Amino acid sequence: MVKKMLRGSRAIAEAVALCRPGVICAYPITPQTIIVEDLANIVADGELKAEYINAESEHSAASIILGATLTGVRSFTATCSQGLILMSEVLFNAAGMRVPIVLVNANRSLSAPLNIWCDHQDSISIRDSGVIQLYAENNQEAADLIFLAYRVAEDPRVMLPAMVNVDGFYLPHAYEAVEIPSQEEVDAFLPPFQPKYKLDPQNPLTFGMYCEPDKYTETRFMLQKAMEKAITVIQESAHLFEKVFARPCFGLMEEYRTDDADTIFLGMGSMVSVIKEVVDELREKGERVGVLKLICYRPFPKEQIYEALKGAKNIIIIEKAISLGSFGALLLEVRSLFYNRPQRPKINGFIAGLGGRDITTETINKAWQLSQKQTYDAYFLDLREDVELEGVEYEEIIKRG
Amino acid sequence: MRKANDHLFASGHYACAGCGEMLAVRLVLRATGPNVIIANPTGCIEVVSSNYPYSAWEVPWVHSLFENAAAVASGIEAALRYLGKIGEVRVIAQGGDGGMGDIGFQALSGLWERGHDVLCVCYDNEAYMNTGIQRSGTTPLGARTTTTPPGREWIGNWRPKKDLPMIALSHNIPYVATASVGYPFDLDRKVKKAHSIRGPKYIHILAPCPLGWGFSPSLTIEIARLATETGLFPLYEYENGKLISVRKIGKRKPVEEYLRLQGRFAHLFEREEGKGIIAQIQAIADQNIERFGLIEEK
Repeated sequence: MVKKMLRGSRAIAEAVALCRPGVICAYPITPQTIIVEDLANIVADGELKAEYINAESEHSAASIILGATLTGVRSFTATCSQGLILMSEVLFNAAGMRVPIVLVNANRSLSAPLNIWCDHQDSISIRDSGVIQLYAENNQEAADLIFLAYRVAEDPRVMLPAMVNVDGFYLPHAYEAVEIPSQEEVDAFLPPFQPKYKLDPQNPLTFGMYCEPDKYTETRFMLQKAMEKAITVIQESAHLFEKVFARPCFGLMEEYRTDDADTIFLGMGSMVSVIKEVVDELREKGERVGVLKLICYRPFPKEQIYEALKGAKNIIIIEKAISLGSFGALLLEVRSLFYNRPQRPKINGFIAGLGGRDITTETINKAWQLSQKQTYDAYFLDLREDVELEGVEYEEIIKRG
Repeated sequence: MRKANDHLFASGHYACAGCGEMLAVRLVLRATGPNVIIANPTGCIEVVSSNYPYSAWEVPWVHSLFENAAAVASGIEAALRYLGKIGEVRVIAQGGDGGMGDIGFQALSGLWERGHDVLCVCYDNEAYMNTGIQRSGTTPLGARTTTTPPGREWIGNWRPKKDLPMIALSHNIPYVATASVGYPFDLDRKVKKAHSIRGPKYIHILAPCPLGWGFSPSLTIEIARLATETGLFPLYEYENGKLISVRKIGKRKPVEEYLRLQGRFAHLFEREEGKGIIAQIQAIADQNIERFGLIEEK
């Protein structure tokens, strides 16, 4: 174990290299590109023996690692935004075929308008794909989640793709002190990839079959059960992580000062660092607040989230994505957890930090203040008043939701 | 003529009687042998051969999506290279003209330019047959498909075939050939030759479709032969960019002989404007005959 001052992309690349992938696939897209560039340097310098493939699109990048993984070789790619949406067809397919590919998504907004900065609309938009989704708050967690992602994805009880989400620019481009474990430690945590089924002339198998209505439902049921099992496997793997690497691993979620909290914020990714700061300030003023950082968004850890939030009177969800024409996806799912339960807290939905607009302590404080008066469903925080909003009524602008 | 490797693509699949594509698949696999991994796009081959829980494949075979067979094959090849097994195990990316030449073309071009050691095979039946005979980029001039129907304003497909083998050649890959189910020994030789060469290989195989082209299932071989004998589908092979063989056709047969046997061209003979289209099709055949020297100089 060494602590190094690293750019986030390099920390992620070093973590990937320690997992010994045999095939790495690259296709550029900002702000992900520096991750595959850093991996290229590692392979070019002979620090990792791997086939490094320059794909001609993200769709092919995902397909190439699907083919490699099916042949029994651990592999890796990274993408974001339009690239993730382009490869989403392959990700749905990989989940259905139970191919445990692992990728990093450097979260970025979706076009139009074209915008290269961070929000979560890309990954949230493929929430129904059967891909495990983990969100990192900082670069240490980003590196750690790489090890966790491979271990969970390849577990025989799971066998599903896994995606580590890191907030674009906020993480890959930021320098941070990161503990990078030794090869021996990683090998102790992550066994060699030995899938039960693979493409092998010694034992010819057919993959990706055509399936009629008499069997299709059963394949989806098995997927749903595998996703649910992944919750247990993530918890087990997090315990093992702490044993092997001798430092904390939160697994599904991190509860920060929530024990006696009346108000609990809920967020994902780098925004949680800002929320923690606001929580500390409010605690100093005597307010009983905390924050639940959701790391594992898919599978959705229903019972664990309910248990973590059930003591609160007021829940404030901050989301960097919206299901257009509806609400934020997290708000919908968290509200549904409290239906037919004895506890019925206020559950607020706020939309913030879209297209790289910084979520600041002011943003979080505003959400806190607003939630004291009434409940909001999909309130847009930090909406500018000096930008003409064509086609929007004045009353709607005032309501912001 | 049953051969040792015929079981690798087993009988009992759901293809139509007289299917040129499945015949070609069996011939390719017979020439390849058991040490192969195949990536296949969505389409007729996939649907008729892998209806869960039945599989016609006695070799490792994967279908992922419509447009990514060549990318999946690239990944399989990279994995085999990593494992030190490439060469010992061969890789084939194969599919119809839609899966390889249209929606799957970008992935195929990527495979070629990256130089993966993969045999790429396009079984060209000149339309989207699995979805019910819609026009593809390799549908020939004048052909009726369900999306190029002859009508008061239309007279069938208004563009000639996209020339996929020449596009392959322009990627500077070491081996490009055309083949046809009408000439199984020629096809067999080309597949074996392709496997003897390291790097990307491309074989474009004409695979007549009785249902889509509108002919009796008993005529598959005759139709395939006529395509070559008229000059419309020349059989040739290029190695390292050089034309190394051409199948001579002897006496030139008029394209009408080929067109008349197929329902997809029937409207060309029923309507006055059809004559002009037939003349254009004849011109395409004449150009091929001249370009590849298909007729023996006396």
